[in-house]
Amino acid sequence: MAISSDSAVSGTVPDDPPLRRRRRGRGGAVVEVALLTVLAVGMLFPVLWIIQTSVKENRDVYAVPAKFFGFSMTLDHFRDVFVAPAGGASDLSAAFLNSVLVAGGSTVLATVLGVPAAWAYSRFNVRGKKDQLFFILSTRFMPPVVIVIPVFLMYRELSLINTHLGLILIYAAFNVSFTIWMVKGFVDEVPGEYEEAAMLDGYTRLQAFWRFTLPLLVPGIAATAVFALIFSWNEFVFAIFLTSSDDVRTAPPAIAGLIGGSTVDWGLVAASAVVYAIPVLVFAFLVRKHLIAGVTLGAVRR
Amino acid sequence: MAGIEVSALHKRYPDGTIAVERVDLSIRDGELFVMLGPSGCGKTTTLRAIAGLERHTSGDIRIGSTLVNDLGPADRDIAMVFQFYALYPHLKTKDNLAFPLRAEGVPERQVRERVDEAARMMQLGPIMDRRPGRLSGGEQQRVALARALVRRPHAFLMDEPLTNLDAELRADMRTEIKHLQAQLGTTMVYVTHDQVEAMSLGNRIAILNKGRVEQVGTPLEVYDRPASLFCATFIGSPSMNLIDVEVADGALRAAGGLVLPAPPGLPRDRTLIAGVRPEALEVTAPGADGAVPARVVSAESLGDEIIYVVDHGGSRDLRVRTEPTVRYDLDAPIGLRHSGATTPVYDASTEELVA
Repeated sequence: MAISSDSAVSGTVPDDPPLRRRRRGRGGAVVEVALLTVLAVGMLFPVLWIIQTSVKENRDVYAVPAKFFGFSMTLDHFRDVFVAPAGGASDLSAAFLNSVLVAGGSTVLATVLGVPAAWAYSRFNVRGKKDQLFFILSTRFMPPVVIVIPVFLMYRELSLINTHLGLILIYAAFNVSFTIWMVKGFVDEVPGEYEEAAMLDGYTRLQAFWRFTLPLLVPGIAATAVFALIFSWNEFVFAIFLTSSDDVRTAPPAIAGLIGGSTVDWGLVAASAVVYAIPVLVFAFLVRKHLIAGVTLGAVRR
Repeated sequence: MAGIEVSALHKRYPDGTIAVERVDLSIRDGELFVMLGPSGCGKTTTLRAIAGLERHTSGDIRIGSTLVNDLGPADRDIAMVFQFYALYPHLKTKDNLAFPLRAEGVPERQVRERVDEAARMMQLGPIMDRRPGRLSGGEQQRVALARALVRRPHAFLMDEPLTNLDAELRADMRTEIKHLQAQLGTTMVYVTHDQVEAMSLGNRIAILNKGRVEQVGTPLEVYDRPASLFCATFIGSPSMNLIDVEVADGALRAAGGLVLPAPPGLPRDRTLIAGVRPEALEVTAPGADGAVPARVVSAESLGDEIIYVVDHGGSRDLRVRTEPTVRYDLDAPIGLRHSGATTPVYDASTEELVA
């Protein structure tokens, strides 16, 4: 029967490594660990460098050769991320707030629209269902840069350039297709009999969905929402084309805007990048169980 | 309590598939009525149409004297048990049982009485405080049945409720369901693809194939006189032997010399097929009185019986059910004899019973 993803994940995972190790011997394990270490170092080095740069004094930032040890630490760059040189809130902090608003708004919108659609596609006989679903997914295939010019022209007509709403709508449009596909997979896993039993018990189809199916979908929806959130949070192309004023601009173009001109304050760039990465990390950490359950298991087990 | 009248029920899906084609069923009040057929035959669609979970394309459904075509599932006063039980996973057994009553707005004291009564009938005492995830398949099945009971509905609809249980438990639950239905006297429509289940449970059985009803009858009627070649092969294990026969001298004669009694009223000028149950044939010593020569092709010993496959010189080998004491070796020459019971005869082109 159904189990929550928590109980599905929190238990110890049945382990096959002992068996694998026996089969391939100790040498195999050493090679495996060595390769993984190389990979991890390669992947994590830029992250480490960014974090170091964000806490180095300016003279150490520009030191050649680069100092990986023995530099003096400072949190000045982090202060500069939030506080303008003349006092008051910095432009970057406004950009962060814009990112929160746009990413949050578009994720909520995509979820609110996508979940019922996913349920309907899963449960009902819709004419041309496969074609419709493929069309929905195909909107996601498109590289943003391909459609950004027409979108820009349309947005200009609709006065959506330089508005939070404009960014929220375009991100939601991308995320809805993803949400429908992903949540449909989770709905498929929940037997329709729950809803039918509830309908025999006197509930309408929608009430049955709301009371019985939806609670079982929460882990899956959470995982999907995190993906949507990360997409919106990281999105760059639309943000840079569709916004120009500091009041609306999100953090990715704002941070990128720091690079350029005659001198680049790399300490500030690094600090703002670190600050910007933190919310996504925290969020992914909070829902990590659901992420694993959502991605690997499906939301419920029959 | 009420009978169920299904007339000219038709269900066509948007993609053009016809799931149910002009099905007429008359289910009597208090009857345990089984719909039997292979998957895709329309039995579940018919059941779901009766429940109101599936809208039919045309035709009428009456529960009692009420035309329910346009009533929602909740207004039809029926209870359904699903193959996957559909117990609400977040509710304890006792709350699962109380759920339909609370949804109906039954006063809490009555809810408790009726839940207790159903729990007593299905012996759920020890598991009343557990959630479905902590119940075995058999326990979940009992809870699902109890949840149907508390409603005190006009009729029970059962959609392959025993499919997910292991064989032994299935047999126990079968007995229990039959007993329960007889005790309550409530109309029950039971869908299954398992002919043993159908035979052992049903007061009457409807055999469906490709969206149509092929035969409705008591288990014995269905077994002794299948209405079509499909029914003949679907009911019974091993299934009925189908033998090409010709009418001559007032008897049915098959290739290889086997002679079967001819029922009266056989049509002329048709290719005929006789249906002979494995137990209506007899394996004898070669040259025994009235036996034709045959040869053992294979034998399955099932402990309480042996199924011989024999070659009698006809177009198809025949299956013969015998006592476990009757032993012949493979390839041994034997005699084959018919018991003399009346034989249903089918038209080879229409595949329907002609006499």
